[in-house]
This record gives sequence, structure tokens and C-alpha cells, in this order.
Amino acid sequence: MKRHSAKRIIPGFGVSLGLTTSFVSMMVLIPMLFLAVQSSDAGWSGFRQALSDPRILAGYEVSFLCSFAAAGINCVFGLILAWVLTRYRFPGRRLIDGLIELPFALPTAVAGIALTALYSDKGWIGSGFAAAGIKIAYTRAGIIIAMTFITLPFIVRTIQPVLEQLDGAYEEAGRMLGASRERIFRKIILPELTPAILTGFGLAFARALGEYGSVVFIAGTRPFKTEIAPLLIMSKLEQFNYDESAAIALVMLVVSFTVMFGINCVQSRAASFSKG
Amino acid sequence: MRKEVWIPRLLIAVSVLFIGVMLVLPLVVVLAEAFSSGLNAFLRAVTDPYTLKALRLTLTATVAAVLINTLFGLTAAWAVTRFSFRGKGILSTLIDIPFAVSPVIAGLVFILIFGRISPLHPFLDAHDIKVVFAEPGIILATVFVTFPFVARELIPTLEARGTDEEQAAALMGAGFVTIFRRVTFPHIRWALLYSVILCAARAMGEFGAVSVVSGHLRGKTNTLPLHVEILYSEYQFTAAFAVSAILAGAAVLILTARNIVEYLAHKEDDFNVR
Repeated sequence: MKRHSAKRIIPGFGVSLGLTTSFVSMMVLIPMLFLAVQSSDAGWSGFRQALSDPRILAGYEVSFLCSFAAAGINCVFGLILAWVLTRYRFPGRRLIDGLIELPFALPTAVAGIALTALYSDKGWIGSGFAAAGIKIAYTRAGIIIAMTFITLPFIVRTIQPVLEQLDGAYEEAGRMLGASRERIFRKIILPELTPAILTGFGLAFARALGEYGSVVFIAGTRPFKTEIAPLLIMSKLEQFNYDESAAIALVMLVVSFTVMFGINCVQSRAASFSKG
Repeated sequence: MRKEVWIPRLLIAVSVLFIGVMLVLPLVVVLAEAFSSGLNAFLRAVTDPYTLKALRLTLTATVAAVLINTLFGLTAAWAVTRFSFRGKGILSTLIDIPFAVSPVIAGLVFILIFGRISPLHPFLDAHDIKVVFAEPGIILATVFVTFPFVARELIPTLEARGTDEEQAAALMGAGFVTIFRRVTFPHIRWALLYSVILCAARAMGEFGAVSVVSGHLRGKTNTLPLHVEILYSEYQFTAAFAVSAILAGAAVLILTARNIVEYLAHKEDDFNVR
């Protein structure tokens, strides 16, 4: 009973597609539909609440500002790290390269308590700052540090492959024509890296926005000051306020999908640019 | 000429310092705090019955996530890269969704499906099926957050390979099993191993999603990361860092394995090119 179509010579189409769609329906499609239905049950009043309650708005603000700052910090250091790892050879390079993914491998709760211990007023780093009158743990600075930690690999790992494959001929031509190092970097290297930097920034931003484990410990739970949006969802749930938590979740989801969509646009533009 | 020398040195110094402060120091502080009350306190925290129970649940959830997502990753990669069909773009997007969803939201979704306000709740209750605030919920949440890991790694690898070799094998009469075992698998084994390692790492450390669905029933639905949180919030800092040290050790092992796999895959690639 085998049907051989001209296009599908390779066996296993029906089984693999069937299994894949049922997996995806069970794990992704149905859960997402549930969330959509639940938050529409809450109706406009729930939404208006999620978009107008000053405490919730403050939560979005903390989440967005800190995620933006963390992704920005990682853009700078990620670019430097990717550059150093691809262009220079020095002892310990392999070790640093291998360590970059540590934030993905280390459980976020462990990262959270370790960073809190480091940056609290009695910690190794925090005590120095505390002496100067600067508090890091339990302030937005602490949140930014935790988010920087957790999103560190994204930008390094998106820039690195592009730098590795960059054609050295253009730089050489620039140098032969007498361009300064700064000019070569700005006019030749940076434009090639821009799509990768934007992609990395978007990935880091989206991840930081949703991050919970590493941030809660160092953030503390002060409303309006250090309360991040995921923590709000959590505390609404603990009060059995399902409608509001679903509404906040939907707002966050719309933002992350927009970011993901933007990343896809950047990548497809970059792909068509390099082809054409 | 002088400038040529100091710019690389400065950049290397900045990188080493940044990595040292951001990545190495947190690891060191975990170890320092874990052993701050001596070896005995560390051993007591690590061999505590609650810790061992949490370890068991963490291992169960990790193994389940790796098995389910490997099976899914293989079938999804096969379907998406070996055939063309309508709706392929939508399917690929759906596979990626768990990456874009905050873990807390993932947990919330399972509460909405299986919790008290769900339309399914009367049925589940009548048959005494517990999903959220119980082990199945923990496993489900872990599978969800790691869902795309294997598929995302295998799809580009297979995409880059093209379908010529499989087509040739199929035309010569090879069945599915032969094609997969002799033609496809050798090309994807490193990517598969690599993605399984990453999937295990994420599953082991998942906190947000699991935290939402666990209900924090100590000893019953506690994973190691949740156990760390409970100990920490009870001001048992040494114990919290001791349990953290186990997880950090596992993370370093995973990282080492990842780097070895990457090294071996590179070596084989170089060999094939020559």
C-alpha cells in the first residue's frame, strides 16, 4: 500500500509529520490557545487593569528598562569578547571561549543567590560599593547585573561566527588605501556585524524580559522599585488572581513575539542583502 | 607601531576582567559559601533526605525532557527538512514559541489548563488526577521550556546537508531504518549529542516554570533549584549554597562535555574536508 509520489521519495513523511504536529499541538498550540481564551475571559476590564494599574505599569517599566540596559551592556562587552576571541591568540583563550555558555548551563536560581551574595552590602563586591554609599543588591542596578549575566552568551555567540567568516580582503584594501584603524572598523567591519548585533540584542532583550530565577533573589520585592513583570504574574497567581496574571502574561507575550518577529525581519533582510 | 600593541592588550584585559567578574566570581562564591561552615555542614546539607528527594525529581524531569524532546526533535527535523509541504513555515514558528515565552508564563499556562479554574478540572478531580502542584506538572513544565532545543539544533544541520543522499538511498531501495541509520544519523550525531547536553542543562536548572506549577510542597514536588530557593528563604544559607554547589558542579561538567563534543565535531569536520 505504499504510495510513491514523485516529490516524496524519502520514506517516513506521514509518520514524522503526524508525530511532529501532534507533539506541537499538545505542547505548544493547545497551551497557547488556553492562555488566549483565559485572558479573553477576563475581558476588557482585566486588560484595562493590566494596562493601567500603576503598580503593574511600574513592573513593565522596571522590566523594560533593566532588560534594555542589560542587552546594551552586553552589546559593548559582547562585541569586545567576540573580537578578542576571534582575532587574538593568547593563553587562556580556549578557557574563556568555553566559559561563555556558563549562564546557559548554570541553573538560574544558583546564579541568583550567588550574585546576591556577591553584590549585597556584605558581599565581596557589594561591600566596596556600600562603603562608597552605593547599594547594588535589591536595587535596579542588581537587576541589571543579573540580566547581564543571564544574557551574556547571546551577543557573543551571534557576532562570533560572522567575525570568523568575515573576508579579510576588504580590511586589507582599506588599509592599503590609507584608512585609519578606527575608520576601517567603522566603515568596513561594523556594517557587516550590525545584523548580528541587532539579532543578539533582540534575543538578549527578550530573554532578560522573561527571566525570573536569577533576578528575583537580587531584585527583592519592592513594589514600584524593583518588582519585575514576571514577579507580578507570580504574585497575582499566589493571590489566585488568574485573570490579571493571564492579562499581564499576554501583554508580555505580545512584546516578546514582536521582538522575535523583528529579529526574523533583520535576519531575512541580512540574508537577502548578502545574496543580492 | 606602539598603538598596534596596546589595543589588543587592552581589549584582552577587558575581556578577561569581564569574564572573571561576571562568570568566574559567582562560581567561586558558591563554593566559598558552601564550605564556609566546614565540610561536615556541607555533607549534611547534601545528604539531607529533602535534598535527595529533590535530586530524584530533578533527575526524573531531566531524563523525561531529554527523551521526549529528542524524539520530537528527530521527527520534527525529519519532517521539516526532508519534505516540502504546506504550512511548513507555521510549523517551524510554532516549534520556536517556547523560546519566546517567559518560563513564568509557561508555568501559568499549565495552571490555567490543569488548575482549579480550568474546564478540565471537574474531570481531573473526579478521577483524582493531579497534574499541577504534583510531579506530572513539574515534568510537563520542564518539557515545555526545553521543547525546541533538539529540533532547533538538528534542523539547520540537516537543512545544510540537503536531501540528495537520502533520495539516492531511497531510490536504491533502502527502507526508512536503513536510511536513517546509515545515511542521516552519521551526519547529525554530534549536533544531536550537543543539543541533548544543552537540553539536559536547561531541564536540570529550570526554575521559573517549575516554581509556578510546584506549589512548593517540600519534599514532594521539590526540584533541586526550588530546594535552593526554599533553603535560602529560610536563611539556611550554607545549606542553600551546598545544594547550589551540586548544581554548579553539574553545570561545569555539562559545559566541559559541550566543549569536548564541539572539539570532536570540529576535528571530524576538518578531516572530512581534507
